Amino acid sequence: MKDLLTALRTPRGIVVAALLVLLGVLPLLTQAFDQRYVLSIGTRVVIWSIAAMSLNLILGYGGLVSFGHAVFFGIGGYTVGILAHHDVFSGWIQWPLGLLVCALWAAAVGALSLRTRGLYFIMITLAFAQLVFYVGVGLEAYGGDDGLNIARRSVFSGLIDLRHRPTFYWLCYALLLATTFGLWRIVNSRFGMVLRGAKSNETRMLALGFPVFRYRLTAFVISGTLGGLSGLLLANHDAYISPSMMSWVKSGDLIVIVVLGGMGSLTGPIFGAIAFFVLEESLKPLIDLGRKGWGEYWQIVFGPLLILVALYARGGIDSLLGRPPRSGGGHG
Amino acid sequence: MAEALLTVDGLTKRFGGIVATDHLDLAVNEGEVHALIGPNGAGKTTLIAQLSGFLRPDAGHILFDGHDITRLPAPARVHLGLARSFQITSVLREFSALDNVALAVQARQGHSFRFWAPARADRSLREPAMKALDSVGLADRADSAAADLSHGERRQLEVAMALASEPRLLLLDEPMAGMGLEESARMVSLLRSLKGRRTLLLVEHDMDAVFALADRITVLVYGRAIASGTPEEIRASAEVRQAYLGEASAVGAA
Repeated sequence: MKDLLTALRTPRGIVVAALLVLLGVLPLLTQAFDQRYVLSIGTRVVIWSIAAMSLNLILGYGGLVSFGHAVFFGIGGYTVGILAHHDVFSGWIQWPLGLLVCALWAAAVGALSLRTRGLYFIMITLAFAQLVFYVGVGLEAYGGDDGLNIARRSVFSGLIDLRHRPTFYWLCYALLLATTFGLWRIVNSRFGMVLRGAKSNETRMLALGFPVFRYRLTAFVISGTLGGLSGLLLANHDAYISPSMMSWVKSGDLIVIVVLGGMGSLTGPIFGAIAFFVLEESLKPLIDLGRKGWGEYWQIVFGPLLILVALYARGGIDSLLGRPPRSGGGHG
Repeated sequence: MAEALLTVDGLTKRFGGIVATDHLDLAVNEGEVHALIGPNGAGKTTLIAQLSGFLRPDAGHILFDGHDITRLPAPARVHLGLARSFQITSVLREFSALDNVALAVQARQGHSFRFWAPARADRSLREPAMKALDSVGLADRADSAAADLSHGERRQLEVAMALASEPRLLLLDEPMAGMGLEESARMVSLLRSLKGRRTLLLVEHDMDAVFALADRITVLVYGRAIASGTPEEIRASAEVRQAYLGEASAVGAA
């Protein structure tokens, strides 16, 4: 806890605290100004933040470029959607099952893909994600390509009513805080040190006596399970699932968000997700002002911006907030 | 041979047509400093890689403390008590010197599936790590990133990491490589201070250091051990002189 208080006194700490407070009161603001749509964007930002943070555990801290992370959006989302389609609305069934399936899938994919390195790893994770994507396309009973509407959000009877939009937002927000805190503990724990050490120098870690594979696989499973959580939330938010939620474009977006925010920085993915969605929502109408209908191509502006980040701000937005408090393959 | 801690028996490794290790026999006794010398390309580093589990031999056996470890993965060998340093410095560059050594301590303490308590606040890791850093003379550089250390300091850090895993046998691959005179001298005295407390297998080109430190020397040429004995025996051997020391004295190292 002392660490947390000292961290709060740095510029980064102040910015993070301010953002979290802003996100925390967002429903009050959107209600006051009657901006329902903004709350919807805010919810997406929070959910995508959780997903990007989960990816950051393996990408930023583990150095493992997984190019199929959106598959967990899909698996989490389809678990909710398919169960709801069969009139199973209970969150007590949907959510644990969704997380379990994601954990198992992550274990299977990790066990195979983590035996490879570099480009091969990227390709295998992509291939597995595409596999699930096309299974989704082929599931005619659940809408196939067109996807499936979800009649109602998960039901946690007596506990919380997710149909109430601010309540749903606050649940996502609380889960984001819990994810942040949990990951903060994990990356600074013994386990986290091994994961980060293996990113820095795998051969050295093996020579020190760490069977690196097991630790990476565990990180992969944690990451996939958290990714699944964001998938459950996303399906609930959209009240709709479709294969497109796990397309490789979405996996790419997640990588972009992590890189933009700052790889291997705990809160970098939150910065990245905010920047990504704020830019999308502001560039679209801005470009439309110039020429109607061109807003769809907002990434023409976003792309060069990303190149600038890659060239001049390697640590992403996070690096603009000063040096990390401690060296060592990313900080907590 | 009963007291041999490490026994290598008929070890062979080929890379295409090149035989890097050629039916090699070797025994390292408990408590001794055993030096491995030989001209460039003799297969010294290839041997270290096989002993530590980074290369799979084509034939032969490696016995460590009675266990056949020929096919054991590298991390498992460390847990049996076999640690190595690298010829080309291999540290975690982004981590502080203390973090580097603390990870070695952590590896020794068993599995690291502990997800919650902050490792950097763990005194059972930091204190032994600090002690190991101190023993190599790096205590005042504990908080520097390994990337910011000088070449010599990084070599010392390697040794501190190897020591912190408290190995029964320490494989040192050219610990003096690329060091200045002063740094070499410091390393020699550090290794001398380990004599009798640790078993060392030392690959080194610096003949002064080898003859100052070693209890026994094995000479490797083209992947074969052409001689093994005390420093005096090696110095006296005509075959060794012809194959190796002659060449070395020509450049003024012997």
